[in-house]
Amino acid sequence: MQALSQILAITLVNIRSIPQRLGASVVAIIGIAGVVVVFVSVLSIAQGFRAAMTTAGDPRTAIVLRAGTDSEMSSGLSREQTQIVKDAPGLTRGPDGPVASAELFVIVNHPKRSTGTDANVPLRGVEAGAFAVRPRLRMVEGRKFEPGRNEIVVGRAAAGQFEGLAVGSDVRWGANVWKVVGIFEADGAISESEIWCDARVLQGAYRRGDSFQSVYVQLEREDALAAFKARLAADPRLTVMVERETDYLAAQSTVLQTIIRTIGFVIAGLMGIGAIFGAINTMYNAVASRTREIATLRALGFGALSIVSSVMAESAVLALIGGVLGGMLSWVFFDGYRTSTMNFQSFSQVAFAFRVTPTLLAQGLACALAMGLLGGILPAVRAARLPIVSALREL
Amino acid sequence: MKFLPLVWRSLMRRKLRTLFTSLSIVVAFLLFGALMALKAAFGMGVDLAGQDRLVMIQKVSFIQPLPRSYQGRIAASDGIAAVTHASWFGGIYQDPKNFFAQFAVEPEPWLQMYPEYALPEDRKQAWYANRTGAIVGRSLADRFGWKVGDRVPLQGTIFRTSDDSPWTFTIEGIYEAGTQGADTTQLFFHYDYLNETRTILKDEVGWYIVRVGDPQQSDVIAGRLDAMFANSSAETKTSTEKAFVQAFAKQIGDIGSILMAILAAVLFTMLLVAANTMGQAVRERTSELAVMKTLGFTDGHLLTLVLLESVLLATVGGGTGLLLAWLITQGGDPTGGLLPAFFLPTRDLVLGVGLVLVLGIAAGLLPAWQASRLRIVDALRRQG
Repeated sequence: MQALSQILAITLVNIRSIPQRLGASVVAIIGIAGVVVVFVSVLSIAQGFRAAMTTAGDPRTAIVLRAGTDSEMSSGLSREQTQIVKDAPGLTRGPDGPVASAELFVIVNHPKRSTGTDANVPLRGVEAGAFAVRPRLRMVEGRKFEPGRNEIVVGRAAAGQFEGLAVGSDVRWGANVWKVVGIFEADGAISESEIWCDARVLQGAYRRGDSFQSVYVQLEREDALAAFKARLAADPRLTVMVERETDYLAAQSTVLQTIIRTIGFVIAGLMGIGAIFGAINTMYNAVASRTREIATLRALGFGALSIVSSVMAESAVLALIGGVLGGMLSWVFFDGYRTSTMNFQSFSQVAFAFRVTPTLLAQGLACALAMGLLGGILPAVRAARLPIVSALREL
Repeated sequence: MKFLPLVWRSLMRRKLRTLFTSLSIVVAFLLFGALMALKAAFGMGVDLAGQDRLVMIQKVSFIQPLPRSYQGRIAASDGIAAVTHASWFGGIYQDPKNFFAQFAVEPEPWLQMYPEYALPEDRKQAWYANRTGAIVGRSLADRFGWKVGDRVPLQGTIFRTSDDSPWTFTIEGIYEAGTQGADTTQLFFHYDYLNETRTILKDEVGWYIVRVGDPQQSDVIAGRLDAMFANSSAETKTSTEKAFVQAFAKQIGDIGSILMAILAAVLFTMLLVAANTMGQAVRERTSELAVMKTLGFTDGHLLTLVLLESVLLATVGGGTGLLLAWLITQGGDPTGGLLPAFFLPTRDLVLGVGLVLVLGIAAGLLPAWQASRLRIVDALRRQG
């Protein structure tokens, strides 16, 4: 008990005297805040991208692609094959038959608002069932496209990121002119980055014959996937792979996530080392400027442990201030920031918002604390080892 | 020079602080190096793009193919020195995670078009002669431990063999980067092999690369080529390779610029922190400097001494940091094939050296000036 009250007493003295060493303390705080800013904001990019790719995915939605492909872009299915998939048992049935949509996925050159240069915008040809397969999708402006006509509906995020996609405007891609007739939302899901049109029209415009690239289906029950998969695998007319849409999209986002996370961890790690050195310097200064004070405390009977803890505590407090500062900065500047980038796996643009989540902030704080404690160890040990007599004599 | 021992002694006055200050400078410049390499990577090698090369893609989107018949018409056009084509293959080696780029090309014209892919003459000939032969870049070969003569099976995704068996290529050569930063993560193989074996898109190619006789005329020629194919079933969009790469790199969007901005701001803070610590080291010695003045050191002497001390510290720390950064970026892409143009350009290395000197001088200037302006009596009195 006595040890505890000793520790508490000295720690309070230390913390109260921080303002006297303001310069050095600010240096440590800034260093650590910088690390936390980088850590949190870079990972918020990865977090937001992942959220855009995986949220709003319905666990009942599955995607069917040709076997041996890694994305919709490189897949290919004939109309007969898509029909077999749709007729397989295990799918939800609506008034117009199975809830499914055979789709085409291409990209078109279209200028991006922020740069003014062409970007690869995903254009998806869908069947009428597409809206039922994605239950969260709803029109927020205008209407759906009419089958057989050169009309497109645009995802909310795509409309924000790319030029000239307001309802009523015409866009020209190659020889075809399309009319924008509606805007849709899908709770921030990847679909919002896309432009949709009638699959039949797209087949004609892109000379794709009567072929598709994927079939999106809605399973009767969440756990019906394995049975559905087995059924398709057993059919000799098909060589397809079936995946839950959420799993498929998660896999599609791995490359960009790896890039961002590698950058985030390597850079924040390097900076962390730098910030620890900064903290060590600060704490050495703090200890050096209080040599006589510490020696006096020791002479009065305060234990070495209390001295060590007090120095560590001071360092931790500085680090936490830095951590909170850094976390706040990244939250203010980056949470909800909307942008779009190229997903390397489909070469197409994905629009998303950065997400500074509470978990990220907590991780940032934990990092800061770790840096503070690491930075405090050496100076703390030194403070405790000061030879009392000579230290008292100093200056 | 005779003051060097003196400068050294003042640095060694507080060994630990000097050590940690120089270590944080090391980290700052290591970071600077990593940052510049990252910038090069996000630029996707735009600095390496040939000045005299044009890229022609399908107007609607680069995933749409162009007819092979265009090649003759392009070649016959005015001001064209050479034309060849490439096609994306998109095969999978064992697992989709092992992604790397594969292109079907015309071997000999391709290597003439891209002299930055350096390959010994006998390997070139071996590749030209083997229809199922392929060449791979050095980093790709190292990544999978491939040697000349190895057989590499790739599962086709877009393009299938008639029985859907994997496409097998024999490695006939490993090319090196002829210029700094050239992409050595790719595999090139014979277009003829692809075209004869695949079941779809016969006689279509991905895009054309055109070498113009006079780079000044690039834009005119690009316009003329596009006009030539206007209103055809496959309209084209031709631009200089530089513009093409730039537009592609821009697609990463402001994520790239945001990353760079965050890092630059942080680098700047770290430099400030280091500079502050260095300044502190001088301010602490006010009385010592006063004693030196009393002994007859002139104002100029002190100014030089203090500046020298700070520059020395910056040089040792910064130099080590840059050296480490250089060593690390020699290892190439840290993400395993996703950022092929990850390298530290010489230009940025020079910039780094400049920055080291600026840091040394800027950090030392204020304390050095204060030291030289010191009034002996005040300074001696200050320490009680």
